[in-house]
Amino acid sequence: MQRFIAVRVLQSLMAILVMSVIVFGLARISGNPIDVMLPIEAEQEDYDRLTKYWGLDKPLHEQYVVFVTKAIQGDFGQSLKYQGQSAMALVMERLPATLELAGFALLISAIIAVPIGVLAAVAKDTGWDAAAKVVALLGQSLPVFWLGIVLMWIFAVWLGWLPSSGRGGLQHLILPAITLGWFQVAAIMRLVRSSMLEVLDSEFVKLARIKGIPEWKVVWKHCLRNAGIAPLTFFAIIAGVLLTGTVVTETVFTWPGLGLLVVDAVRSRDFQVVQAVVIIFAFIFILCNLLVDVLYAYIDPRIRYQ
Amino acid sequence: MPQLTSTRTLPWYAIPWVVDGWRQVKRYPLFSLAILIFVLVIPAMFAPWVAPHDPYLGFLSNRLTPPVWQDGGTMEHILGTDKLGRDILSRIIYGARVSLTVSLIAIFVGGIIGTVLGLISGYFGGKTDAVIMRLVDISLSLPTILLALVLVAAVGPSFGVVITVLIVLLWARYARLTRGETLAIKELDFIARGRVAGASHTRIMFKYIFPNVFNSLVVLATLQVGYVILLESTLSFLGAGLPRAEPAWGVMVADGRELIVTAWWVSMFPGLAIMLTVLALNLIGDWLRDHLDPKLRNL
Repeated sequence: MQRFIAVRVLQSLMAILVMSVIVFGLARISGNPIDVMLPIEAEQEDYDRLTKYWGLDKPLHEQYVVFVTKAIQGDFGQSLKYQGQSAMALVMERLPATLELAGFALLISAIIAVPIGVLAAVAKDTGWDAAAKVVALLGQSLPVFWLGIVLMWIFAVWLGWLPSSGRGGLQHLILPAITLGWFQVAAIMRLVRSSMLEVLDSEFVKLARIKGIPEWKVVWKHCLRNAGIAPLTFFAIIAGVLLTGTVVTETVFTWPGLGLLVVDAVRSRDFQVVQAVVIIFAFIFILCNLLVDVLYAYIDPRIRYQ
Repeated sequence: MPQLTSTRTLPWYAIPWVVDGWRQVKRYPLFSLAILIFVLVIPAMFAPWVAPHDPYLGFLSNRLTPPVWQDGGTMEHILGTDKLGRDILSRIIYGARVSLTVSLIAIFVGGIIGTVLGLISGYFGGKTDAVIMRLVDISLSLPTILLALVLVAAVGPSFGVVITVLIVLLWARYARLTRGETLAIKELDFIARGRVAGASHTRIMFKYIFPNVFNSLVVLATLQVGYVILLESTLSFLGAGLPRAEPAWGVMVADGRELIVTAWWVSMFPGLAIMLTVLALNLIGDWLRDHLDPKLRNL
């Protein structure tokens, strides 16, 4: 078990390393940031001075080492767009908004998907099941950004019930959360349904029924606990996916989180911020994958010995 | 001699292939719906002949005309026009071309790279296998959209960027699948006989093993086209995909986003096009998978 965890941690570190190299490399490719910063009339000595100040005269691998050491300490330099603010500070400022959105989306998708999945399994081949299949199919085919726009149009423009952008109370949170969680509802529901179908055939279920335990207890208390293993690990994966999904959702609803930050930064070629956000996201994403694998190995011993 | 009745004079509804076809339609209604939608996509490939207007040329005097069933709409622009006066219907038709082209190229190239690496990895095993599988794992754990955003921040949105990002993301699945199947096929007798007969490694990989893996690859590719189209349109929507001037569906939705209150049609129709296309592709992919290779259910 220890060995498995060690191997996975190593893999994750390598993945983060690869991401950091990619981010670093790409930032340097697109041209000299000094040219962007200086006005045209600047003298050669100003140019040299700035180059030295930003450390751009050192060879690439040295720059990379500097980049990594600073990154570990959390220093990603200063934002080009919001002059004077450190990139990390901006990220920290926006992180709670994103976490709030992702957390709520996860909650909504769980609340919707699990009951429907259970019902679909229990009432197999009936209306519920058909409805579940339709939802699953739609969930996989709808583009997230379009769903957001459609929801916004229906509820904010046409009906006027909910606000269409910005962050605030619960009513601001609903539409973005539904948009973000939609895709996951389909996947979770499918998973819950197939797990439940497997469990419902087990011997202990028959025993429970013979014992006289009411059907609802058999289904919701006993079966769900056993069937819940697979979906539980899926939740951990979703946590990672949701974070990247926020990029699109936040753009559509102008939710002031990390996703919107990174898109704006890309548009204004604000490298330091892009680097900071991407590294943080990648870190969380890879961490979630790692947790999932460890959790899975903990629950299912066969995986550990691969 | 009495004239023998020709067996060809069956009424149309009794012709065997029509009867079989109808039975198929009744048994798999969803699949047939998918085929129907797909049939609508094919004309999109012949866009220049089908589209009523030029997708790039806009007449500002026509800007933001609503679709034909609302007041102010005309038959000239059935689905309305966008803020530069370009016809939405034509842009959607051309957009189908763009999306399909990008997706197919990405899947094709990614598939080739992945298959070759998978074959090598499975066949030779050992260190090569370990290295390639590490690469696969890392590749699968890279966050999609972020990678694209970073690339675009560096070089700006373009066809090349989108295709590159897609390839980097897609190859790993093919590699994994091919490697798995190669490992299984490698043990079979006919491979050993091939070696004994003097076949080189390359020959064995591509002429013996690959044809047996091909089926699964086709199914995987079909399953992925829908996903790739979604990915490409998402990137285009964010401005990290195809350039803003192209009539790509994602770009069109982005264009219409600010106008959602007044000119809802600019965003709605391209999005609808995306959804229907991906839906049809998913249905077809699922059907193919269920019928050709149920092993792939968990992919």
